[in-house]
Amino acid sequence: MVELKFELEGGDFSRAGYASSEVKKILKQLNVDSRVIKRIVVALYEAEVNVVAHAWRGDIGVLIEPNRVMITLKDEGPGIDDIERAMQEGFSTATEKVRSMGFGAGMGLPNIRKNTDELTVESKVNKGTKVVFINYL
Amino acid sequence: MKIKEVSSLLKARIVCGAHRQEESVNYGFGSDLMSDVLTLDSNDLLLITGLANVQTIRTAEMADIHFVLFVRNKKVTKEMIELAKENNLVILESPYSLFKASGILFSNGLKPVY
Repeated sequence: MVELKFELEGGDFSRAGYASSEVKKILKQLNVDSRVIKRIVVALYEAEVNVVAHAWRGDIGVLIEPNRVMITLKDEGPGIDDIERAMQEGFSTATEKVRSMGFGAGMGLPNIRKNTDELTVESKVNKGTKVVFINYL
Repeated sequence: MKIKEVSSLLKARIVCGAHRQEESVNYGFGSDLMSDVLTLDSNDLLLITGLANVQTIRTAEMADIHFVLFVRNKKVTKEMIELAKENNLVILESPYSLFKASGILFSNGLKPVY
């Protein structure tokens, strides 16, 4: 079992993707199937971008077990008012800055759902959001 | 299509990864929206984009895309090159527009992802 922790700062786009990159390296070392690795790191990368784009700060916990990878992202931020709506492709509240980085077109959460086996999103407005996803190996 | 052929067709400079210019790629995908790139299942592709920032390189890294062509004369930064080298990516810069670059590559046999 491998456990990893990362921290995220809202607005710090230069670091968005760092955690995904580290997780990718470790999963490769563990000889996980490359298609499974891609699904996990694409989901994590979208989730990282979401935290950087919307929240004030956040933490990532990655738990790699023999049969599954569980990733938890907790942030302090504005939260999501209507999760069901946020899960729809094309719905976005992203700023122009986020869009200029190649994101913010309302594909993040749908992409995370597509690439994970289990996904839960909990959110409190003006408190923050917790996203947990699991991929089976 | 070999990377060196992409380079000569588009007057594109190979900014990094020149040692891989004999390698071939079969598909092309043009987008400035990285989330759309991240929806693709295929990774045997050349990403053609005018979005020149670190997130483009990160996207290629996560999606297992090895070849990235920047169009519209966009210049990659030192930080992007470092990250690309770390991931053994091939980066090209072309003065052509996304439309022109895609048209030339398509008519020379590079296939669309969909």
